Amino acid sequence: MMNENEQQPNNEKERERIISFIQEGTVIDHIPHQKIFDLVRILALHKNTEGTVSIATNLPSKKCGKKGIIKVEGRFLTPEEVSKIAVICPHVTMNTIKEHHVSDKISLTLPKIIKNIATCNNPNCISNHERIPTVFHVLEESPLKMKCNYCEIIVHREELMIK
Amino acid sequence: MFLKKDLISVKDLSKEELLFLINTAENMDQEDCSELLRGKILATLFFEPSTRTRLSFESAMKRLGGSVIGFADPKVTSSQKGESLADTIKMIEGYADIIVMRHPIEGSARLAAETAKIPVINGGDGANQHPTQTIVDLFTIKKTQGKLDELHIAMIGDLKFGRTVHSLAIALSHFRVKLYFVSPESLRMPEHILEALRKNNIIFSEHEKLEDVIPLVDIFYVTRIQKERFPDIMEYEKVRNAYIIKKETIQHAKPNMKILHPLPRVNEIHTEVDETPHAYYFQQAHHGVLVRMALLAIMIGNAHQHRNDLI
Repeated sequence: MMNENEQQPNNEKERERIISFIQEGTVIDHIPHQKIFDLVRILALHKNTEGTVSIATNLPSKKCGKKGIIKVEGRFLTPEEVSKIAVICPHVTMNTIKEHHVSDKISLTLPKIIKNIATCNNPNCISNHERIPTVFHVLEESPLKMKCNYCEIIVHREELMIK
Repeated sequence: MFLKKDLISVKDLSKEELLFLINTAENMDQEDCSELLRGKILATLFFEPSTRTRLSFESAMKRLGGSVIGFADPKVTSSQKGESLADTIKMIEGYADIIVMRHPIEGSARLAAETAKIPVINGGDGANQHPTQTIVDLFTIKKTQGKLDELHIAMIGDLKFGRTVHSLAIALSHFRVKLYFVSPESLRMPEHILEALRKNNIIFSEHEKLEDVIPLVDIFYVTRIQKERFPDIMEYEKVRNAYIIKKETIQHAKPNMKILHPLPRVNEIHTEVDETPHAYYFQQAHHGVLVRMALLAIMIGNAHQHRNDLI
C-alpha cells in the first residue's frame, strides 16, 4: 500500500508539505487552480466545523501547469459529491486516505442527470424564477453538453454557472 | 394510452405518436364525438395573451361535450399576490381533469407537468415550445399534400427567433423531406437546429431570395419578420419588404403549393394572396380545433382504444 506522502515525485512532495498530511479523509489533487474555490463551495468546506481542511492553490504541476489541492481530515465524499466534482473538473484525482495511506482511488463518473449544481444560463428559465432545484440532462460527456430540463437550453461545460 | 401523461415539447413525441395524433385528428370531423368528454373539465391557464390557442382549445373541449374553466388575464390570479406557479398548479389540479397553460417564462410548462397529477398541455412557454402549433402544422401539411414524406418545404422569415419554425423543422426530421430556409443573413436558422437535422440526415439548403425556392416547393411556411429583433434598424429596413408575398411573387409556384402561416400576419402576406388557391393559413387555423380535439380525446378520453386501428 502506498503512503500518501509517497504519491508525488519528491519535488512536488516537498511543496505539498505546506499542506498538512492527513490521517483519515480525502485528498483531491490536480484541481485546475481557477476551479478550487468552486469545489470549496460545492463541498461546503467553508462550513466544515470538524477536522482540518487544507487548501492550496497555484502549486506548480507537471500535469496541469498550475494546480490546486484540497485535503479534508475525517471526511469521505458521498457519491453525490463525487458526481458534482466530475461535472466541474473531471480530470482531478481523488484518493481516500486511511491511517496515512491511500486506501481507495475514487473514480469520477459523470451522472446522467445533474441536479442543483449549476444555475441555468437562461435568465428567463423558470428555474431562475421559482424556488426549485435546477436539473440538467447530460447529452454528451466529452466535451460536456447538457440540456436544461425546463427551458431546454443547451449548456457546455465552459458556460456552467456553479451555484 | 398516449405514451406520456403530458404534452410539453414536440421533442418528446415519437414519429408514431405524431402520426397517431394526426390520424385521430382526421377522424374528429368524421365521427360524432360530441359526448366523448361529457363531465370532464379543461382548465385554461393563460398567463399571457392568446387568441387562437386559447379559443381553439375551448372550442375543442366544448365540441367534445366537456366544459372549460380558466383565465386569460394573469392580473386576476393569485400569481399577482406572489403565489408560486407550483402552488397555483396544485390548487387547479383539484378543479379540472386537464390543464392547458401558456406562460411567458421558459420551462414553466415542464414544471407544471412535474407538479400536477393531472395531464398538462403546453400552450406556449416563452420562447421555448408550442407543441400543439407544430402538430397543427404537420396535420395541415398532410391535409394539403396527402402525405408527409417526399415533400419540399420552405420556411421563410425570422428563422432565428421563431419558435414555430424551430419546432416544425425538428418534427419534420422524422420524415423524408427537403427543407429550404429563406431568411436575411442576420435571422438564419440557429446552428443547433441545423445540427439536429444533419444528425437525422435531412437535406436542407439556406437562401436569401424567395425567388430561388418558389418554383420548387410544396409548402411555403411564412413567419413574420419582427422589427424589434434587429439590433440595427438599417438592417431591418433592408429586408422588411424582401419577404412580402404578393400574387406576382407566387406566379411560378407549383399548382399544389400551399402557403401556411402560424398567424397573426402583419404585412408579410398581401391580402390579395388570400383569394388564390395557394392561400391556406385560415384553414390551418381552423385545423387547430380538430388537432386539439384529438389531443384532449387521447389524453383524457378513450380515443386511445382505437389507437391500433389508426396507426
